[in-house]
Amino acid sequence: MPPGGQFLLGTDLLGRDLLTRILYGARTSLVIGVVANGIALLIGTLVGVTAGYFRGWLGSILMRFTDLMMAFPALLLAIALAAIFSPSLWIVALVIALVNWVQVARVLYTETTSLAERDFVQAERAIGAGTGRILGLHILPHLLPTIIVYGTLGISTTVLLEATLSFLGIGVQPPQPSWGNIIFENQTYFQAAPWLVFFPGVAILLLALAFNLVGDALRDVLDPTQRGRG
Amino acid sequence: MAGYLLRRLVQSVLILLGVTLVTFFLLYVLPADPVRQIAGRSATAETVESIRRQLGLDQPFWVQYGRYLWNLLHLDLGRSYLQRSEVAELIRARLPPTLLLMAGAILCELVLGLTMGIVAALRPGTATDNGLMIASFVGVSAPQFVVGLLLLYLFGVRLHWLPISGYGTFAHLVLPSLTLGILGAGWYSRMMRSSMVEVLRQDFIRTARAKGLTRRRVILRHALPNAILPIVAMIGIDIGVFMGGIVVVESVFGWPGIGQLAWQAIQRVDIPIIMGVTIVSAVAIVLGNLLADLVAPFIDPRIRLR
Repeated sequence: MPPGGQFLLGTDLLGRDLLTRILYGARTSLVIGVVANGIALLIGTLVGVTAGYFRGWLGSILMRFTDLMMAFPALLLAIALAAIFSPSLWIVALVIALVNWVQVARVLYTETTSLAERDFVQAERAIGAGTGRILGLHILPHLLPTIIVYGTLGISTTVLLEATLSFLGIGVQPPQPSWGNIIFENQTYFQAAPWLVFFPGVAILLLALAFNLVGDALRDVLDPTQRGRG
Repeated sequence: MAGYLLRRLVQSVLILLGVTLVTFFLLYVLPADPVRQIAGRSATAETVESIRRQLGLDQPFWVQYGRYLWNLLHLDLGRSYLQRSEVAELIRARLPPTLLLMAGAILCELVLGLTMGIVAALRPGTATDNGLMIASFVGVSAPQFVVGLLLLYLFGVRLHWLPISGYGTFAHLVLPSLTLGILGAGWYSRMMRSSMVEVLRQDFIRTARAKGLTRRRVILRHALPNAILPIVAMIGIDIGVFMGGIVVVESVFGWPGIGQLAWQAIQRVDIPIIMGVTIVSAVAIVLGNLLADLVAPFIDPRIRLR
């Protein structure tokens, strides 16, 4: 049924109300967005800060591994992994996290190396502060703005990736609704019923757009040197 | 320069070696059994065992990996499990459509992105600027399969201007390239705007203006060449982004390229093809990055290769 009347956005082939499906799909997208991105941030921070602070062979190994991950076609890797493991919400989140941590690690690595050379960190080390104290009290607080910005921007990347995987039929499995799999289920009929593709598509777009705009605004607020640049 | 190039090449080879190892390992430990796929559901245990032996899949990991690498050195990517043909041959056959699609996408990105960026930079802070930058954000946030399906619906189903899917003529190329290019166009327009704004602030622009040159001449001859170059150097990096996008775009438009090959192989657990496509993509990404780094100092002499 087309949009209008009793069903605001129309119904799908099985007669399910599209608006309800989209509202429930939001839960899936947001859960994956937050969980996957959280894991990615955690891995990225751990790798980036460890490599940046300790340098040496450990840092080299970690960063070479990061370079290696950069050379992977990310989406292809995610698709292969998601298709091979039986897809469930948590597997999808984990796959996305495994693909997305790389950029965070690289940025934090660069920032940590320059922070570790700064005078206040050197001074702290000179008066005998332990590694934990330096990292926790002096390095991490300075990295926080970057982590927050990448955390926000990362949610939109994650949501897009989840939608893409679900659209290919290897993300979150029906009947659990996700915006990507609503489109996946209905794409065969989309010439006759384009609204079934259009509305979930707009939902994905709006969510990704929202997090991109917030992330960009946060970058302006948290990093004054970037203000006014694209 | 020669030393730098040599070091980077060695590095690239090591990275590619790492990619083969990680991919091979992931596919080795995966729970889906390729032999079952080949043998079919009704096969007896003996048939399954004999196929496994035939393909050398009963060997330990390092033996299998070593053999794979040895063949790879001879540019042999092995045989497809299901299609009974050489993987290298399959990929070579699918390469031209994908390269064509990428070229089209790069053109779309540059034309759309650079135009939007330049127009926005010339009127900073105005409604035009804000509107264009919001449009670029929308481009960056739009999922490619939705863009693809909507373009398909609008220009293919409704207006009948362009074919819905297929390959062969220029008309077939338009929608897939546009779909693949919109994401990049969003990024390029933002980078172009900031690069242009930066250049317009420089002293030599003020000098040019003070000499009494027309606005058009200052922008076209002095500002634009300086602002555009750092962005052109980014094209190399795009290749990595495209490698993911082609799977989606080719599946939406039925484009007979590498993305479709990979997608079919993934669904059928045809491991040699998955390996082959991953390696080819990784080579493309590494080369793209290398190219971007090598071009950078020619464009901006302040950048030194280290």
